[in-house]
Amino acid sequence: MSNDRQINVPELSLVVLIGASSSGKSSFARRHFKSTEIVSSDACRAMVSDDENSLAASGDAFDLARVIASKRLKNGLLTVIDATNVQENVRKDWIKLAREHHVLPVAIVINLSEKICAQRHATRTDRDFGKHVIPMQISQLKRSLRRLKLEGFRHIFELRTPEEVEAVTGIGRQPLYNNKREEKGPFDIIGDVHGCYDELTALLRQLGYEDSSGLWRHPEGRKPVFVGDLVDRGPDTPGVLRTVMSLVDAGLGWCVPGNHDVKLLKWLNGKNVQPTHGLQQSIEQLQAETPGFRESVKTFLDGLISHYVFDGGNLVVAHAGLREEMQGRGSGAVREFCLYGETTGETDEFDLPVRYNWAAEYKGKAQVVYGHTPVPEAQWLNRTIDIDTGCVFGGKLTALRYPERELVSVPAARVYCEPARPLHYQVQTQLSLQQQHDDVLDIADIMGRQIVETMHGHRITVREENAMAALEVMSRWAINPKWLIYLPPTMSPAETSKLEDYLEYPKEAFDYYRGVGVDKVVCEEKHMGSRAVIIVARDADVIERVFGIVNEGIGVVYTRTGRAFFQEEPMEQAFLQRLNNALEGSGFYRKFQTDWVCLDTELMPWSAKAQSLLVTQYGATGTAATHALEAVMARLQQAASRPADITPLLERFGTKPHLVSSFVQAYRRYCWPVKDLEGYKLAPFHILATEGKTWLDQDHEWHMENIRDLCAADTGLLLATPYKVIHLDEEDSLQQATDWWLGLTAAGGEGMVVKPYTFIHTNKRGLVQPAIKIRGKEYLRIIYGPEYTSPENMSRLKSRGLSGKRSLALREFALGIEGLQRFINREPLRRIHECVFAVLALESEPLDPRL
Amino acid sequence: MLLSITTTRRPASDLSYLLHKHPEKVQQVEIAAGAVHIFYPEVSEERCTISLLLDIDPIGLVRRNSGPGGTNEFALEQYVNDRPYVSSSFMSAAIVKAFSTAMNGRCKDRPELVNEPMPLEVEIAVLPVRGGEEVLRQLFEPLGYKVGFERHPIDEAFPEWGESRYYTVRLSNTTTVQQLLSHLYILIPVCDNDKHYWVGQQEIGKLLEKGKDWLPGHPARELITLRYLKHQKSLANQALEMLLQAEGESSEEDTKERKLRTHDLRLLAVRDELLLTGAHTVADLGCGEGKLVKLLWAEKQFERILGMDVSFRSLEIAKDKLKTDRLPPHQQKRIQFIQGSLTYRDTRIEGFEAAALVEVIEHLDEPRLAALEKVVFKYARPGAVIITTPNAEYNALFEDHEEGRMRHSDHRFEWTRQEFETWGRQVAETHNYSVSFKALGEEAPEVGALSQMAIFITKDTSYVKR
Repeated sequence: MSNDRQINVPELSLVVLIGASSSGKSSFARRHFKSTEIVSSDACRAMVSDDENSLAASGDAFDLARVIASKRLKNGLLTVIDATNVQENVRKDWIKLAREHHVLPVAIVINLSEKICAQRHATRTDRDFGKHVIPMQISQLKRSLRRLKLEGFRHIFELRTPEEVEAVTGIGRQPLYNNKREEKGPFDIIGDVHGCYDELTALLRQLGYEDSSGLWRHPEGRKPVFVGDLVDRGPDTPGVLRTVMSLVDAGLGWCVPGNHDVKLLKWLNGKNVQPTHGLQQSIEQLQAETPGFRESVKTFLDGLISHYVFDGGNLVVAHAGLREEMQGRGSGAVREFCLYGETTGETDEFDLPVRYNWAAEYKGKAQVVYGHTPVPEAQWLNRTIDIDTGCVFGGKLTALRYPERELVSVPAARVYCEPARPLHYQVQTQLSLQQQHDDVLDIADIMGRQIVETMHGHRITVREENAMAALEVMSRWAINPKWLIYLPPTMSPAETSKLEDYLEYPKEAFDYYRGVGVDKVVCEEKHMGSRAVIIVARDADVIERVFGIVNEGIGVVYTRTGRAFFQEEPMEQAFLQRLNNALEGSGFYRKFQTDWVCLDTELMPWSAKAQSLLVTQYGATGTAATHALEAVMARLQQAASRPADITPLLERFGTKPHLVSSFVQAYRRYCWPVKDLEGYKLAPFHILATEGKTWLDQDHEWHMENIRDLCAADTGLLLATPYKVIHLDEEDSLQQATDWWLGLTAAGGEGMVVKPYTFIHTNKRGLVQPAIKIRGKEYLRIIYGPEYTSPENMSRLKSRGLSGKRSLALREFALGIEGLQRFINREPLRRIHECVFAVLALESEPLDPRL
Repeated sequence: MLLSITTTRRPASDLSYLLHKHPEKVQQVEIAAGAVHIFYPEVSEERCTISLLLDIDPIGLVRRNSGPGGTNEFALEQYVNDRPYVSSSFMSAAIVKAFSTAMNGRCKDRPELVNEPMPLEVEIAVLPVRGGEEVLRQLFEPLGYKVGFERHPIDEAFPEWGESRYYTVRLSNTTTVQQLLSHLYILIPVCDNDKHYWVGQQEIGKLLEKGKDWLPGHPARELITLRYLKHQKSLANQALEMLLQAEGESSEEDTKERKLRTHDLRLLAVRDELLLTGAHTVADLGCGEGKLVKLLWAEKQFERILGMDVSFRSLEIAKDKLKTDRLPPHQQKRIQFIQGSLTYRDTRIEGFEAAALVEVIEHLDEPRLAALEKVVFKYARPGAVIITTPNAEYNALFEDHEEGRMRHSDHRFEWTRQEFETWGRQVAETHNYSVSFKALGEEAPEVGALSQMAIFITKDTSYVKR
């Protein structure tokens, strides 16, 4: 039919249906919108009163409708209000709600005649109200029609007949002008130019753009994005405008408006504006141009969109920045924020408005690049960056390369305008903006149920009760959270062995890895000490620069729960200094082009950290058992000469002294005295991170080799871990590994750890276990008790479930590498702490501690 | 693990009649944790020895205790566990099971033996004794025992680890077998200072029944009662009351005149100081089990009281004690408990007119104090802040004082008055507060009082209260 039409609405809008009862709103809504998009007043009335028609329930029903609509809009979802909405005061509330969420209100009016409504009403049995109702609603509707625009509806559609209603073929959803999510870049985002044409062209050239008769093109197709304030104050506003306009018009670049641009537009539109803050220069320069040029400037500025959302929502560009809840939305408030930012209403000692530091509170996912406020250096803060480095005030013109996140700038040729507040007014510290801001973490970021997004597609949930437990551990025991960039994951043992005498045996670990698609593994000797994460730098200045930590030495040694390994700080620092010397001496710093390193290690002896456990549990059990059994055996032997048959008891208890002595031998092996630094042995096994880089992309053989070179520099302290690379499809190779393990464990060793050859191995189902331990038969006495090898005990111990441990290990591994990567990406501390805190929280999940 | 009882009364073999155990058989009874083997290492005219040998299943101990219902705190959650090898409440269970007739003072064949004191020797291998030799003597000597023992080192390969709490104990006495068994039944777990089962009301009955002849007059009866009832004070008080009534004494006077504890006095002082600030809203940061909150609650001046602690368990106890969930709505609004930490910024503690940190700061590692300082003084910014902490100088007055030892194992530092004041002044200076200091408790010459208090008052002009 020729009358067919599509109604187009903004993709994120609040659609308010307006029409009398029985005008067909609900069926219209059902036909054109998803059922979840429709918030119906009748349905809400029914939900709160069991009666769709209850007038008494109207207030509650409206409250409920408002809550549902509000939640949807907050989440960025189009919402349809299915109610008569014929009264202005009701519509006002919807307009207000739309504004609160910075979405556009749309009115769809179904304006049918009274006759049709009355006819339809007569056929309905579910609506029971007086005859006067429909005529009254229709008259209210008619009176409303003219006012809708004034009330604030930005799009109004009116359907006057059933035919017109029928003719609507669908609702088109228009992306907002600011939605450029499909534009992925790469971009060069350029700060406030303010008429500094020479610096602009110098910067474009430095960025690799080439000038082809006034149009600047990048050979790799990069596109410039201007954060606004192209005009005023500087020497050549027309030149700048010409350059930017040609880029934007040709679709080769983007530009958002700044407050100065908007003020200039007002002047161009003939409005009465004060020619202050550099506008005078623009006016003078433009008056020298043709009227045609001025006209094109007017058109250009008038067409600028408040902000853009690029790259699938990962990048937002706005002149004065933008809060998360306003991104990708359209309202007057959004435009105001984009142009002017937020001020506190106060002024500073230079009479400039004090800006509200919205970036300090920013927790959004998108990176926000903005200008507006001149700063000496562009610095990231919570994924936002101000790149206005005050070129016109004699600073520099800065560009941010995206996605590379590199800053490129050219210095101003001179001071074109004296700033009211000196550019370098803020007292300088060595700490970055982010480090200063990360002074103290906020409890709101960690408490309650949390979901942590990690690489490799793992979303990890932290339950509230676990967060509560972790808060206590973290608060009472952990070191300064700025140190805690990584907590190591727990490690699962191999599946229980099918061999009669063994609880764990290499075969099962190899089978596991073969089963998940790994063909090569690295077997490393497992040292029995304490897991220790070590951060060490060349000097304390490096620590201050990289970690933002002042007066806490050249590094730290911490346990897998974030506690300081050493009780005494001088001891810790002496230990680190010795490691530092080895790093220097082995050429590690030079080779890795770094001044610091984070290592994953085992620190021995076990007795150095576990002294109280040894005394109260292992030593205690050993001595109690030894002496009790001595007495038992004496009494049994005494009884053996008597007529009663004591043989079964002698046999039963006769094996125990030997088992107990094996147990004592087992733990003694891991204990030796330490005096000052003498006696400590450190076995590093992962080079986790150095300046600007994690090393998780390197295989374990690489880690072992590089660590071996380091260890050679101080064999007194450092221990290179013996390892073997094993091919899982070669029988000889497997046998060799098994024999090696048997040898290690027969001598009392803890056993070995099997790791996939690559550090992070994934298959279709995601990450595979980063490591599996196979503990020796004698060592396991420390875990399962002296007598675990007696057949009656072994058979029961063999039933143990590993799935909980395995799942925990994977989640903690994902969190560990995520936190490390976030640190290297210089993300805010709260984002790193989130991962570390989550590991600690997961550790409070109940699991068999012997696995 | 092993208990042996020997008599040298002739004919010594009569012991088997008294204990109802045939000397030519190895017998076995079951207790919850495993088996008990009963055998005679020697039987002659001169000497007769009977042994109880516990055969406890270490795997069973752990597995039975895991699963729903939670774990027992009797160190049972570990496979590496001394329980199978020591004499503990399991041994008491074994005694009752193996010798019930003898314990009840019955002997069918030789009833005259029941009340006959005879020379008896006991060997216990091994007995964990909390408190060492002193406790061992304190418990057994008043009952007429000669106490001999051998204390075992934790590991002779590591002499620096010191002595363990395990003893091979030899006791000798002339008494009836029934008495001897009742002594062992009660005193073995008292030495160990633990029990493998939940101790409730019925445990008082066992104590009174088994100890009726000797416990009321025992000089260590309070220690025995307290330990036997697993340190549950209310149970122990009840039991003592009943014991002493039997003896015709009264403990009433004692309880009436019980002095207020130092900690309670400290809280009263803090309450008074908070009242003086004129504050109407107050936060107790590190409220523990809510003792100060309870005091503040009684004061009409405080319209809103917040208790915050990092330990969720403490908060549960606090809520339970104050019965907050059963308060009328307007009272519920007045009192609130939240879990929080003083090392994280927290908007929930902002906007209070006063805050108290009573004996809190010393539980943080000193380097973490900088975070606490910012959380409280930079972000929360109460109008007044009262901080108390132990005065390290006073430690010299403690009887068992050792240089450098803290009062509490979780104290990370204890400050002298000078140290506390230096810190307090620097904090006040940095965050625009004024500060004054007071002694908390009776002051001793030279060393000052037990605790010390700093009172910070904001100098912010925008702060209208006061």
